[in-house]
Amino acid sequence: MAEVEIKAENRVYAKPRLILDNTMHYCPGCSHGTVHKLVAEVIDELGLAERTIGISPVGCSVFAYNYIDIDWIEAAHGRALAVATAAKRLNPDRMVFTYQGDGDLSAIGTAESIHAAARGENVVAIYINNAIYGMTGGQMAPTTLLGMKTATTPYGRDPRLNGYPYKIAEMLAHLDGATYITRQSVHKPANVRKCKAAIKKAFQHAMDGEGFSLVEVVSTCNSGWKLSPVAANEWLEQHMLPYYPLGDIKDEKLDPTR
Amino acid sequence: MAKIKGTVVVDSERCKGCGVCVASCPCDVLALSSEVNGKGYPVVRMTHPDACTGCASCGVICPDSCITVYRQKFE
Repeated sequence: MAEVEIKAENRVYAKPRLILDNTMHYCPGCSHGTVHKLVAEVIDELGLAERTIGISPVGCSVFAYNYIDIDWIEAAHGRALAVATAAKRLNPDRMVFTYQGDGDLSAIGTAESIHAAARGENVVAIYINNAIYGMTGGQMAPTTLLGMKTATTPYGRDPRLNGYPYKIAEMLAHLDGATYITRQSVHKPANVRKCKAAIKKAFQHAMDGEGFSLVEVVSTCNSGWKLSPVAANEWLEQHMLPYYPLGDIKDEKLDPTR
Repeated sequence: MAKIKGTVVVDSERCKGCGVCVASCPCDVLALSSEVNGKGYPVVRMTHPDACTGCASCGVICPDSCITVYRQKFE
């Protein structure tokens, strides 16, 4: 049988246009790269490349501005949603989103996250939850699972000593201003496709002025977890997903009368 | 009978050899080769090219955007 011809009309998948040629600094197999691609694809498909402002956090994804070809602002640690509030209020016609990890959004930045959601700011938070502080060397995060070994919990997280993990997505879903809250993952191709649909919905939600959206992506940190990339994806399915179940947590319209 | 065939082109210098695409391929087309790139990572290669259907699962999951997928229908 003939070979497949390498030409444009046969191309079904390629590097998204908005992903720059810089080599990503992420460890091999890191979920960040996959989520960056989804964000770039969604922005391009919605025709928002010239009208999007991304707010990059402190954490592994601090250099997100080197990889996606849109306008970015770098926020102080945890303050991405506060900066996003200002950017969106001053430029209401722009798409404003933050890209934050669990150490940024749900640890040092918990107050900013809760109040941005409570105010119903028309921004999207892309929240990467890998249950560990990846950039600083794999210390325990608030999202670390019970029994999970990290650099600061070498015998596993003990609730009597280290407290319990928490689910900020469910917490934010209680707030009237937060209208679209979903939890996705990117450990399998089918999940990647669902995650892209969720990010697209959240971006449309924000552009329609429907309130605050959060897309949590349950992710791997294979270096921090001390596993190979493939084993980390399996560990995520076995241990992370039972505690952080996937799916939409809240999908509503903003109700100013409430 | 019409048959759909696919092929992938890997940007070897971008590839970090994580192997996530190998685990995601439903047809066992891909494998990490013994060949390494400029950074010393083992790069992914098609070892069973005839089995590829061009489903793009490898491209979709690749964290470093180094896989381009092509698909063609043969009558």
